[in-house]
Amino acid sequence: MKTVKLDITREHCPMTFVKTKLALEKLNKGDLLEVILKEGEPLENVPQTTSEQGNIVLEIKRIENDVHLVVIEKG
Amino acid sequence: MIDKKKISLVLFSGDFDKAIAAFTIASGAAAVNYEVNLFFTFWGLNTIKKNRSRSVIGKGILARTFNFLMGGFNNLPLSRLNFAGISPNLMTNLMKKRNVATLRELIDASIQLNVNFYACEMSINILGLKKEDFIPEIKEILGVAKFLKLSENGKVLFI
Repeated sequence: MKTVKLDITREHCPMTFVKTKLALEKLNKGDLLEVILKEGEPLENVPQTTSEQGNIVLEIKRIENDVHLVVIEKG
Repeated sequence: MIDKKKISLVLFSGDFDKAIAAFTIASGAAAVNYEVNLFFTFWGLNTIKKNRSRSVIGKGILARTFNFLMGGFNNLPLSRLNFAGISPNLMTNLMKKRNVATLRELIDASIQLNVNFYACEMSINILGLKKEDFIPEIKEILGVAKFLKLSENGKVLFI
């Protein structure tokens, strides 16, 4: 099992969830993806769209003012 | 397993900004697990010509002239405020500056996410072109009947 980090704090729609999807595609079931993202559109959409695709959102926590960490387990 | 949601887009326009809209929706939908079909017709074919610059391709003098004037990826005009073709470059620079995906990046993302690219048989025929004149990601050259079949039970957008 491996853990990969992905920083999408500088990305905008649709690249926020496009990059998340592409990163998840490279992983195997059970691997973790740690996504660092901003509040607003990315925080609303990335956890939702990834869990809709059979992945598990393990954790969402604030790490800076408007920056959050989302830990996703590839399903 | 639930049936995959589906969206099919017809890109008729060869405008730079409209291509951005089409590829934004295409890559975004593919990223949230939609099956995505992109059907290029007429001016829209300019976005997916293999040669990105103006080139004299096609069969017959008239078709060759048209193809040269229509140009390729590098010649896509902005639908408004084109300023003799400099605006798409200015816009791309602005997009880079603001960290928004450029048209090139959106097309690459669409390819990586397995968006299905199709080209219109009829307009290719008018322009005297062949499959080899387009990027290899074009899955098939097809007509309306096949497009209707592919887009059945999904959403359809015409751009």
